[in-house]
Amino acid sequence: MYVAVKGGERAIANAHQSLADRRRGDRQLAELSVAQIQQQLRLAVDRVMSEASLFDPELAALALKQASGDTIEAVFLLRAYRTTLPRLAVSEPLDTSAMRVERRVSATYKDIPGGQILGPTYDYTHRLLDFMQLAEGEVPTPARAEQALEHCPQILELLDAEGLIEQENDDGSEPYDITRDPPDYPVDRATRLQMLARGDEGYLLSLAYSTQRGYGRNHPFAGEIRLGQVEVEIFVEELGERVCIGEIPLSECQMINQFGGSREAAPQFTRGYGLAFGHNERKTMAMALVDRALRAEELGEPITSPAQQAEFVLAHADSVEASGFVSHLKLPHYVDFQSELELLRRLRRAHAADQQAAPDEEDSQ
Amino acid sequence: MTRSQRQRVLALTPRDQLEARWSALGIDHTHRRVRGPETGMAMIRGRMGATGNAFNLGEMTMTRASVMLEEEKALGDVLGHGWVSGRDHRHAELIALIDACAQQEALRERIDSELIAPLTEELAARHAEASRTAAATRVDFFTMVRGE
Repeated sequence: MYVAVKGGERAIANAHQSLADRRRGDRQLAELSVAQIQQQLRLAVDRVMSEASLFDPELAALALKQASGDTIEAVFLLRAYRTTLPRLAVSEPLDTSAMRVERRVSATYKDIPGGQILGPTYDYTHRLLDFMQLAEGEVPTPARAEQALEHCPQILELLDAEGLIEQENDDGSEPYDITRDPPDYPVDRATRLQMLARGDEGYLLSLAYSTQRGYGRNHPFAGEIRLGQVEVEIFVEELGERVCIGEIPLSECQMINQFGGSREAAPQFTRGYGLAFGHNERKTMAMALVDRALRAEELGEPITSPAQQAEFVLAHADSVEASGFVSHLKLPHYVDFQSELELLRRLRRAHAADQQAAPDEEDSQ
Repeated sequence: MTRSQRQRVLALTPRDQLEARWSALGIDHTHRRVRGPETGMAMIRGRMGATGNAFNLGEMTMTRASVMLEEEKALGDVLGHGWVSGRDHRHAELIALIDACAQQEALRERIDSELIAPLTEELAARHAEASRTAAATRVDFFTMVRGE
């Protein structure tokens, strides 16, 4: 337990000045603009939006600047800002099948309708430092094909048509919203996906990796990964219909996993799903693996591993909550610690007294 | 063209582009703000496995505005509405103003042919260019014959 203390105002003000000075760095160098961060550190911006659970690239870039590039601090800033805004609308569920595709790959089929589209990817780069980036140079405009893309249907629909994979149908149920009501365990899949979507990427990545190493193995294949722009629609009373209010970049991962089935139902592939704001491919892959792991109970699998334990996984996934509770240890615990000291001294006095009362006990054994 | 079709094109057009085309039209209506412009959030929903039950993905900033044309009292109150992702008040207000003006018989055709039509073309051109950029990264597989 920590207790409130007073004082230190000047030290705090000066510390903040010192922080601002560090953030600015060498004044000989031009200051980094928010627009530059938004344009040139896109993946950091996307990660901050995803984990803050608020899509606004400019504000995410501002948060990154203010946080000197500390992702978790930036997520905290944007999440805090979120609480100042009223909710004006709830979107219609996004139609990712109608995505304007920028990247789309499948690891399960080579020849797919629409093709394998690599898009802006770090895959197939050699992971060698590119010293050209140290110098300023012109970047050529990207190559453009003569023809636009063909339609890119969801790959899992191919398996769906044969009945080889679980179907995902909408039963019209209203999803739980953890921003309105705190999660009440056990939680349903809609709640889990909402919590995973804002979960820390590093944490989800490690849990996903643990399932691959055998802790709750679920035999995954990346059925389809796609990245692109999706239009957002809201229903408006004023016009009595849905209207498009803009479009957002999204990453989606459809994982295909080993079979479920029962006495009644024939064996089928099962599924895990990942979806995130922006270019967040690794995050959506991890999310899909963890989503599938958390379906263990529903699919009648033994729950033996951390990634399968919903409350453990979900209650610790949010970096804002986690860093808040870990960081609070920095706050004054002076009184608490004094009482611990007092207790320890008493225990030691008692221990010493016991020793004196029976000095020969050891010798006599 | 319906109001929601116009709204889509106006929301997907960058604001400076919209501003330039609108002012070139020279339609000068004074209007009064009835609601907003105000910024808030829309909760974005996804679907499990792209086709299944909805879930809440996260929120997005959005701005809405409603305006009333001032000098059209004789025709009754003409309300226009606009919604746009992000925090640009001017963008939302412009959409609302154009929505209001497009409800006037006298202006509708000009707005549709001289504003919405070219903006729709520009939008299609941007989409086509993005699509061709993606298409340039499409993989052409060569089938390797085993045992050669």
